[in-house]
Amino acid sequence: MSDATAAAASTPASAPPLAPAARSLRGYARWRWWEVALFAALPLSWLLLPSQALLLNEIAIVALFAISLDLVLGYAGVVSLGHAAFFGFGAYAAALFAKNVMPDPIVGLVVAIAASALLGLASSVLILRGSDLTRLMVTLGVASILYELANKLDWLTGGADGLQGVVMGPITVPFTALKGFDFDLTGRTAYAYTLVVLALFLFVARRLVHSPFGVSLQALRDNRLRAASIGLSVPLRLVAVYTFAGAVAGAAGGLLAQTTGFASLDVFDFHRSAEVLLVLVVGGTGYLYGGIFGAIVFKLLHDLIAAWTPQYWNFWLGLFLVVLVLVGRERFVRPWTWFRAGGKRTP
Amino acid sequence: MLTLLFDGIAYGMLLFILAVGLAVTLGLMNFINLAHGAFAMAGGYITVLLMNRAGVPFLACLPIAFVGTALLGAILERTLYRPMYARPHLDQVLFSIGLVFMAVTAVDYVVGSMQQNIHLPDWLQGRLPIEAVGIGKYRLFIVVVCALLTTLLQWVLSRTRFGSRLRASVDDPRVAGGLGLDVNRIFLLTFAVGSGLAGLGGALGAEVLGLDPTFPLKFMIYFLIVVSVGGTTTITGPLLAALLLGIADVAGKYYVPKLGAFIVYTLMVAILLWRPQGLFARASAR
Repeated sequence: MSDATAAAASTPASAPPLAPAARSLRGYARWRWWEVALFAALPLSWLLLPSQALLLNEIAIVALFAISLDLVLGYAGVVSLGHAAFFGFGAYAAALFAKNVMPDPIVGLVVAIAASALLGLASSVLILRGSDLTRLMVTLGVASILYELANKLDWLTGGADGLQGVVMGPITVPFTALKGFDFDLTGRTAYAYTLVVLALFLFVARRLVHSPFGVSLQALRDNRLRAASIGLSVPLRLVAVYTFAGAVAGAAGGLLAQTTGFASLDVFDFHRSAEVLLVLVVGGTGYLYGGIFGAIVFKLLHDLIAAWTPQYWNFWLGLFLVVLVLVGRERFVRPWTWFRAGGKRTP
Repeated sequence: MLTLLFDGIAYGMLLFILAVGLAVTLGLMNFINLAHGAFAMAGGYITVLLMNRAGVPFLACLPIAFVGTALLGAILERTLYRPMYARPHLDQVLFSIGLVFMAVTAVDYVVGSMQQNIHLPDWLQGRLPIEAVGIGKYRLFIVVVCALLTTLLQWVLSRTRFGSRLRASVDDPRVAGGLGLDVNRIFLLTFAVGSGLAGLGGALGAEVLGLDPTFPLKFMIYFLIVVSVGGTTTITGPLLAALLLGIADVAGKYYVPKLGAFIVYTLMVAILLWRPQGLFARASAR
């Protein structure tokens, strides 16, 4: 918030006179140069790195998932250990829809998004009360319940074997003549598809967090009691953001299921919830793009270490987490402060 | 039916011994330690390795498991955990998840990923034939040991000087420190004893719960259920919650095996929705 208000102060007032609050908000929502660069980098990565499309596709999906968690954690301050619930729900919804109803990817994705938004709406009542521990437990509990369900309902989900034989149809872009993009082995179509969805949701999420609604979310994150006493309805806002985050995570899960043609119990696993937390914390919470940077760092590290010691990659992941937290993220991303006296530069 | 109830009670008692250290850590230091199961696993592996490789008798392994994990807990508290107390919950969660991942992989690397078996001494095997109620001797042993430990804990907490210091530090660490109590030392001791108890529980439970490197991940949610449902302000709360969980889990797995752990999770979510601070919590100051 502090840098945003500073940026707002330095913005010259635009032509029509605005109330100070509106001016502050408008300055806060201004497009920064690096945001433009980031959005431009997305299609460039498709053009320049055609051989890496499969890896990039994974990165983009993890990034979208982390953006969803950022809305919940970074903006609304809800610590969740079960965000994989929405991811997995979206993945299974998309896979089941493609298998049993129709193979069109875009319709399937919309169904997955709607299903996980409903799940978000239904489970948002669970996070309104209690302490951090209660919320951790409830979110973890929801993910575990869904894991058990997917495991036991094997006539529907394939149980522990996963849902196999999902065949996706070609992409047909609605309202245009563009049609017949098949998902191929190189993954370029899949990556383009994922990128479009990622950019779309990033744009919507950006609008959302820069709106008065987004600012009020940060107010209730910083001090719930104060936010409630200036007349914000805290529960309604939490329900709204949780539902939206559920939809975004469902989109990420749906994309995974559609581009890999497979959904397994792994999507509900605790591991996934923990990983997305790590991705987000590495990239930084509360500014929306943390998920993208975190996903890039995380996936590259994963590939690097897994190539070296595939079985014990988790150890290094754990070590990385411990060191990251002990050193502090602020210092970790600024290597030049490592050897200074501790606590001097940490705010 | 009664056998089932008894098994449930034994399971619950075991869970209580495993989780009581976590309850104290959470209540005392307001620290969310997801790595608690790693200490239990350490105790289990100490026992298994001592018994199978060094031939130490089972009964002698139990105190060694306790002391070994307590030492491990004390060292980790001193070096790693202490800076984390003042951090936000998110940091604590990430930190302890990191520890869990490291512990799981380290054990996998050193011992291997297969399930470990404990060979119980003969006098603990078999069942007592009492009036159509089959009671496993080992289950009975667990219940007796855990009941003794619980009574001892309750006595220490409510009757001794250390217990009153501990309760004072739980209620308000700052005032307790202001009155001249060495809160840091109390934290250290309590953490060590809590980890030791987890280690002992892991040693006792290796036969019942199974022991492999994913133990901390598999049972993490169970420990957390015990603590969050039972509340962290008393010792009876977690005990009752553990018994409830044990009976519900055993009965659920027996009567409706298709649903598995589904019942337990649903029950937990429902209870937490109804009473977010736990079933037996008094109104907390924090």
